[in-house]
Amino acid sequence: MIRIENLTKQFKKNKAVNNLSLHVKKQEIYGFLGPNGAGKTTTIKILSTLTFPTSGMVFIDKYNVLDNPLQAKKQIGVVHQTLNLDPELTGYENLLIHGLLFNMKIKDIKKNAAEFFEFVELKDVMGAVVKTYSGGMRRRLTIARALIHRPKVLIMDEPTAGLDAFARRKIWGLMKRIRDSGSTIFLTTHYIEEAQYLSDRVGILDKGGLIAEDSPEKLINNFGKIAVEIEGSDGLEVEFFQNRAEAVKFVSTIDKNATIRGANLEDVFIKLTGRRVK
Amino acid sequence: MAQLLAIIFREVLIFKRKFVKQIFSFMVSPLLFLITFGWGFGNEMNVDGVPYINFILPGIIAMASMRQSFALSSEINISRFYWKTFDEIQSAPISNISYTAGEVISGMLRGCLAAVVVMILALIFQIGISINGLFVASLLLNTFIFSSMAVITSMVVKTHAEQGMLNNFLITPMAFLCGTFFPIQHYPLWVGKLIFCLPLTHVSATVRAALLNQKFPYFSLLYMAVFGAVVFIVAVKVIRNAKN
Repeated sequence: MIRIENLTKQFKKNKAVNNLSLHVKKQEIYGFLGPNGAGKTTTIKILSTLTFPTSGMVFIDKYNVLDNPLQAKKQIGVVHQTLNLDPELTGYENLLIHGLLFNMKIKDIKKNAAEFFEFVELKDVMGAVVKTYSGGMRRRLTIARALIHRPKVLIMDEPTAGLDAFARRKIWGLMKRIRDSGSTIFLTTHYIEEAQYLSDRVGILDKGGLIAEDSPEKLINNFGKIAVEIEGSDGLEVEFFQNRAEAVKFVSTIDKNATIRGANLEDVFIKLTGRRVK
Repeated sequence: MAQLLAIIFREVLIFKRKFVKQIFSFMVSPLLFLITFGWGFGNEMNVDGVPYINFILPGIIAMASMRQSFALSSEINISRFYWKTFDEIQSAPISNISYTAGEVISGMLRGCLAAVVVMILALIFQIGISINGLFVASLLLNTFIFSSMAVITSMVVKTHAEQGMLNNFLITPMAFLCGTFFPIQHYPLWVGKLIFCLPLTHVSATVRAALLNQKFPYFSLLYMAVFGAVVFIVAVKVIRNAKN
């Protein structure tokens, strides 16, 4: 559904994206992770046609975003990192404008708006101006807006940033339902546990290039199902083991405080990139 | 077409939410000029055989419509820098020309509304005006030029502060110097030639001639049409380049 081939974006001497290639399948949630400055936002901007690549190709469905940007745009809905709504307008008016921008008929906009306001549980406030919405409500509204033209691909740039745990889980539920209804989701997030919970596959980006790609389970298993956290002078270090017996044996040989637990995607991420997501 | 209408519709909806405030803000500056130059000492002065209040009214109309059309740049900048809705519009399948046209028409509506407000004030001040086709054409071209310039500047500036500087260096001097308050023939020759190149000079000339039933400067109308076409094309290109 999304095909990126040898994508490069250069800003003066800095390559934000460096020969990136990846393929996102239909109806999967693809978690796109990377430390700060890895090139995630630039890739998202190219996918959503907000910026041009220096070289390479990007296809959304069968449309090349460079040769046919208007057709490519019709296939995608974008949930931007910022809550970029018109606060002076009502929730419905925000969706109405978006629908018109996607060349929808008013009767279709009304029909879809009723459906998606119900879906994101904002039906009761669709006539209220957006400046009266909470952060979580605004985020759900941006999701409804991105869905109103029924895109094949939903690009979500940190959709739960700044939300409390309850609101975040609500969004997670919505994302799974969107995927189950047939859409493909391209997700970037700072919350690695979110990517692990939601993603069918994960791509880890570093210095503009993909350094690992697989399902969260396989990525974790490749390193080891068991992690040993060791308190070092430079913070926590993690060692991986395939089973608990190996981990216990290792801990008995070291003279530091250590914790044995199940490995997770964040352990893999830190091991691969050498730093935490900021 | 629906997409172009969406851009206009969005601006109209936002404008509607603050309609009363906006209308009052449109009134302040023209009202002060009318009081000062009309009641203050307008009755005692004549310019080219015309009472001064009648002479400056076309200038005030030109200035007010220019200012409000150009104010579109602030609205676009609020969308870009503050609400970030510009990214949302850029993600939609709308062509650069449709987006630019939509914003420019929105700016023209603002500018024309400001002109209507000044004309209503003129009626209150009992200043006789005769509206005709040439006046309407001049007004439309004026608002077209400055709305297109607003789109360009809104994409060129990097901050709100830069936008304010542009207003100070570009719009405010034009508002006072381009034949709005006195004929440009009063300038030294070289200054007059410089001022003649600025679009508002031609707007003042055409609006004044149309409203006072004087000999109409068709060259100025042509100049405005060409100037408008050029700045609109530049605006479309600037919108396209905003992606890099």
